[in-house]
Amino acid sequence: MIEKTDVIIIGAGPVGLFAIFELGLLNISCHVIDNLDKPGGQCAELYPEKPIYDIPSRVSITGQELTDDLLAQAKPFSPVYHFNQQVEKIVKLETNEWLVETSLNKKLKAKCIVIAAGAGSFVPRKIPIENLDYLEDKNIMYAVRNKSILENKEILIVGGGDSALDWTNELSKIANVTLMHRRKEFRAAPDSVSKMLELEKDKKINFLLGQIDSIEDLKNGKIKVTVKNNDEKNNFEVDYLLPFFGLKMELGPIANWDLNLDENLIKVDAEKFETSVPSIFAIGDINTYPGKLKLILSGFHEAALMAQQCFKYCFPDKKNVFRYTTSSKDLHKKLNI
Amino acid sequence: MKIKVTDRDGNKHELEGDSNSTLMEILRDAGLDIEAACGGCCACATCHVYISDKWLEKINVRDDDEESMLDQAFDVKNTSRLSCQISLSEELDGIELELAPQ
Ligand SMILES: Cc1cc2nc3c(=O)[nH]c(=O)nc-3n(C[C@H](O)[C@H](O)[C@H](O)COP(=O)(O)OP(=O)(O)OC[C@H]3O[C@@H](n4cnc5c(N)ncnc54)[C@H](O)[C@@H]3O)c2cc1C
Ligand code: FES
Repeated sequence: MIEKTDVIIIGAGPVGLFAIFELGLLNISCHVIDNLDKPGGQCAELYPEKPIYDIPSRVSITGQELTDDLLAQAKPFSPVYHFNQQVEKIVKLETNEWLVETSLNKKLKAKCIVIAAGAGSFVPRKIPIENLDYLEDKNIMYAVRNKSILENKEILIVGGGDSALDWTNELSKIANVTLMHRRKEFRAAPDSVSKMLELEKDKKINFLLGQIDSIEDLKNGKIKVTVKNNDEKNNFEVDYLLPFFGLKMELGPIANWDLNLDENLIKVDAEKFETSVPSIFAIGDINTYPGKLKLILSGFHEAALMAQQCFKYCFPDKKNVFRYTTSSKDLHKKLNI
Repeated sequence: MKIKVTDRDGNKHELEGDSNSTLMEILRDAGLDIEAACGGCCACATCHVYISDKWLEKINVRDDDEESMLDQAFDVKNTSRLSCQISLSEELDGIELELAPQ
């Protein structure tokens, strides 16, 4: 089934979230797609606990608080969120609408696309050893999509954060798991840490101090991982290596959409924030124009101006009357006030 | 103030530092291949360098934040530092370091 909406927003970072609100004020409904499993973009993924000091009127607000408030502000407009999927393809239909396809094969149709993709999708950071690509999904997995293939296998999990610990705890039930980290301290939810330590005490998992040194394909379905701890080296033959070294941002499929780019940024005008392709907009960290500053507040401004132009595409026959949220009865109704 | 950097191909660079900058900013602005994705907030570990032994004791030690962030870096050694967490000062004139893999 193809779902239909007015505008598809790619990216649920702070700027994408505020765009829901600005579009909503103009009666424009949205679906929002993000590769992450949660909203907030960089604010929620990279610095949820760190305070931001330059959001107008907010003397200090953490990345997560800002995300929560933006979600609350957008809520009256009932946006539909689609997480854990990357937008891969966009196609212009004969009806002049856009068809958007995600990595989970979801298809959405809309009149406009708003790209609020930051520095691109968050993707797992890979091991910086050359010529490993072909082992990906075969022996090296940066994300677990199908747990059942890991059943009864020898697994080496590397890392000290939430993903590494959660998967260690989870996979200990079905596989032979070793967790390796460079120190015996973990930056993860205290619950997961104590659970892991308990599993180690009960010999349900092994814990190993060390780091990856090299990886060799044994050509029998297994790999040999050489690990080092200071000057000491050891070899492990395993079926699967699961490295969890956090996420990084990569432009990804956006590069193939025939938009005018400048390095990895999308060129827009500074009046409507429209790209070189009409009815596709780019706002927030992903765009560039003379004088661009990569700040959340600039992204908010861009969202407001973008919405004005979107209105023309969504309601070509209607007149857009400028109103303040303070005084407009009509806007109050929309905001459930 | 001089900063002596060996890049990942073994090439040596001599950069001019100043005491208003962090080490990361000097490396990045000189165009060396250092991502510094978070712009120096100790939130990405893509500004990882190895400081030469003899300079290590002249700089402040890693704090908890930096230690945790280094968990996301590869091949962490005793000499590993996140260069955005090192403020330059005249005392560090001549500091020698190497870019870590990324
Ligand atoms: C540590 C740190 C501190 C900062 N401090 C400040 C500060 O004090 N003040 C300030 O103004 N700014 C600050 N910033 C910058 C600020 O976080 C960014 O400007 C802001 O997050 C940009 O918002 P955005 O919505 O444009 O993009 P992002 O927050 O980058 O969100 C983009 C989202 O789009 C998703 N995405 C991308 N491509 C696709 C695709 N093809 N399919 C699906 N999803 C996709 C990504 O997964 C991501 O979630 C800081 C940044 C960092 C890292
Ligand atoms: S620049 Fe991101 S941790 Fe140093």
